[in-house]
Amino acid sequence: MDIYRSHVLVCGGTGCSSSGSATLIERFNEKLAENNLEKEVKVIRTGCFGLCEAGPVVIVYPDGTFYSRVKPENVDEIVTEHLLKGRKVEHLVYTDHATREQNAEKALEDITFYKHQHRIALRNCGVIDPENIDEYLAMDGYRALEKALTSMTREQVIDEILKSGLRGRGGGGFPTGLKWKFTYNSQSDQKYVACNADEGDPGAFMDRSILEGDPHAIIEAMAIAGYAIGASEGYIYVRAEYPIAVKRLTVAINQAREYGLLGKDIFGTGFNFDLFIRLGAGAFVCGEETALMHSIEGKRGEPTTRPPFPAVKGLFAKPTMLNNVETYANVAQIILHGADWYASMGTEKSKGTKVFALGGKINNTGLVEVPMGTTLRTIIYDIGGGIPNGKKFKAVQTGGPSGGCLPESLLDTPVDYDNLIAAGSMMGSGGMIVMDEDNCMVDIARFYLDFICDESCGKCTPCRIGTKRMLEILNRIVNGKGKEGDIEKLEELAQTIKSTALCGLGQTAPNPVISTLRFFRDEYEAHIRDKKCPAHHCQALLQYVITDKCRGCTACARVCPAQAISGEVKKQHHIDPDKCLKCGACMEKCRFGAIVKI
Amino acid sequence: MKSLAELEAIRKSTLERINLRKEEKGEVTRVVIGMATCGIAAGARPVMLAFMDEIQKRHLEHVTVSQTGCIGMCRLEPMVDVILPGKDKVTYVHVKPEMVSRIVAEHIVNGRPVDEYTIGAAENA
Repeated sequence: MDIYRSHVLVCGGTGCSSSGSATLIERFNEKLAENNLEKEVKVIRTGCFGLCEAGPVVIVYPDGTFYSRVKPENVDEIVTEHLLKGRKVEHLVYTDHATREQNAEKALEDITFYKHQHRIALRNCGVIDPENIDEYLAMDGYRALEKALTSMTREQVIDEILKSGLRGRGGGGFPTGLKWKFTYNSQSDQKYVACNADEGDPGAFMDRSILEGDPHAIIEAMAIAGYAIGASEGYIYVRAEYPIAVKRLTVAINQAREYGLLGKDIFGTGFNFDLFIRLGAGAFVCGEETALMHSIEGKRGEPTTRPPFPAVKGLFAKPTMLNNVETYANVAQIILHGADWYASMGTEKSKGTKVFALGGKINNTGLVEVPMGTTLRTIIYDIGGGIPNGKKFKAVQTGGPSGGCLPESLLDTPVDYDNLIAAGSMMGSGGMIVMDEDNCMVDIARFYLDFICDESCGKCTPCRIGTKRMLEILNRIVNGKGKEGDIEKLEELAQTIKSTALCGLGQTAPNPVISTLRFFRDEYEAHIRDKKCPAHHCQALLQYVITDKCRGCTACARVCPAQAISGEVKKQHHIDPDKCLKCGACMEKCRFGAIVKI
Repeated sequence: MKSLAELEAIRKSTLERINLRKEEKGEVTRVVIGMATCGIAAGARPVMLAFMDEIQKRHLEHVTVSQTGCIGMCRLEPMVDVILPGKDKVTYVHVKPEMVSRIVAEHIVNGRPVDEYTIGAAENA
């Protein structure tokens, strides 16, 4: 095994891959060979660093220089300047949003984005090569499995998880240890463990990142779970839309088998365990546990009523323990460092850390992991770097389509399972979409309901028909055809669906409407009564007009695709509202800020 | 199938390889080699390779090799700084590959700088 003097870490997560990190790796290897550096410098493709906004991200060790938005043509410069001569390429060094500083001399942990974070589930993402089991081993990998199998009883393992206070990270927040205990208590000749990697919430991508950046952590945790509950087989249900995750998981499972970490008689303890991957075809409802298990069995992905709970009768009618990817990502660390260590983080009822996917109108789009109880303000403003373009914060959507929108007045809420529910939203899988003053809350509710209508499996009436009716009302409102009584009808439908739908998807489907009605009722009323969209977002309810700031340059008239703008040169122009398509091209073109939406 | 002892051996040897990705700056011994045009022309590259070779041979953890630019004393190149954790920087000048094993053995491993190779010795001569 060779020692290299320098490691170049290139992010190979989905975000950076789509901005061209694969080309960067090729180019680095080419250029290093050209300069005879290939025996001194090693290029490693890692998982996601979390700062997707700044991708593709490249880190050069040992000095830890953090380069962002690296283009293939920058590679030559990094090789000849930094790697050959030891001079950092200043203009490519990441600029900290909060402090406006470049990190040239700073350790990665000191960047504002990482400073407030505490990475447990993401600890290896962006640090190791996910396709190399040796690197995972070097980061204390499979030590927890070793500890559990050789020095702990099954009851002790379950007890440790129970004491740690870990709760399901997929959204429900059910105590993980209890789930393990229930499945342990079920008597059967065969039991299964399963991993829910059917991450479907719009805007959430932490499970993908963990699978891409640290697949062995999931394998190790599932083996530990298998030992604890008495299962010899496990299934990972992962969406087919995550090709990189599927590939790395496959590589990792094969490596683990090769090393005897999966298979028969692991560590000579007589414990057998093996893992299989099942691909989901992209149905949102397959993230629901009963639907997911039907899908693994090869049946149609539709939910069934509970009880019986999976812990009693799950996969192939055998007791099954299903946990989310992020939940598993914490398990090995808890076994290794103890329940007390884990429980020392977080709030009274929500222990440990949680990964959030920051998206929407925010500077640092990406993945962050913070202790439970961190306030929304810290996450959005300190770590996320605030709202771009000096716009005003309006709301943050948490919990995906089952969650809700929280307004500015709730920004100081410490984030944990119970606080979010009390505030009218939920943790969900941890998506966090930030909205600014340009977002119309009625339209946001409409967007989520549209998603739910698409994804409803159609098995139960409240969800299939009820959400459709709600969507129709919302479509009417944003199109300026809302009438008195619409809000009340929405509320009635929402309550009925909530209490009668068959599965979690249906029961939580009205949440976006309920929460926006709770905090932004005035926007609904403005749409219906005044036929105005306060955010100037809904096209049917706005008009473009030219103010007296107009200098008569004719630029707008020339760009208008509908010839709706008329006026003489050097005189104020005018938009004909009947012809106007509301495309906004004129507003973009105007250099004087004379065109406004009303 | 790997035994527990084999896994431990893999952990150890891999850790050596990826140690430089950790950012515990205080604990790490740094070997910094002048690799500007002057340094390279004076033969810094074989010196650096010799350092890497020696470090690998001795399985030294917590030692990183990096380069730096020209600090202006081109006549003394190749120059090498060795910085032990918590100690002052020691600068070696006119370093040749054959001097490297002694620097590693006496200074990096045993903490005694090789006085006769340092910049102080060169300036006094």
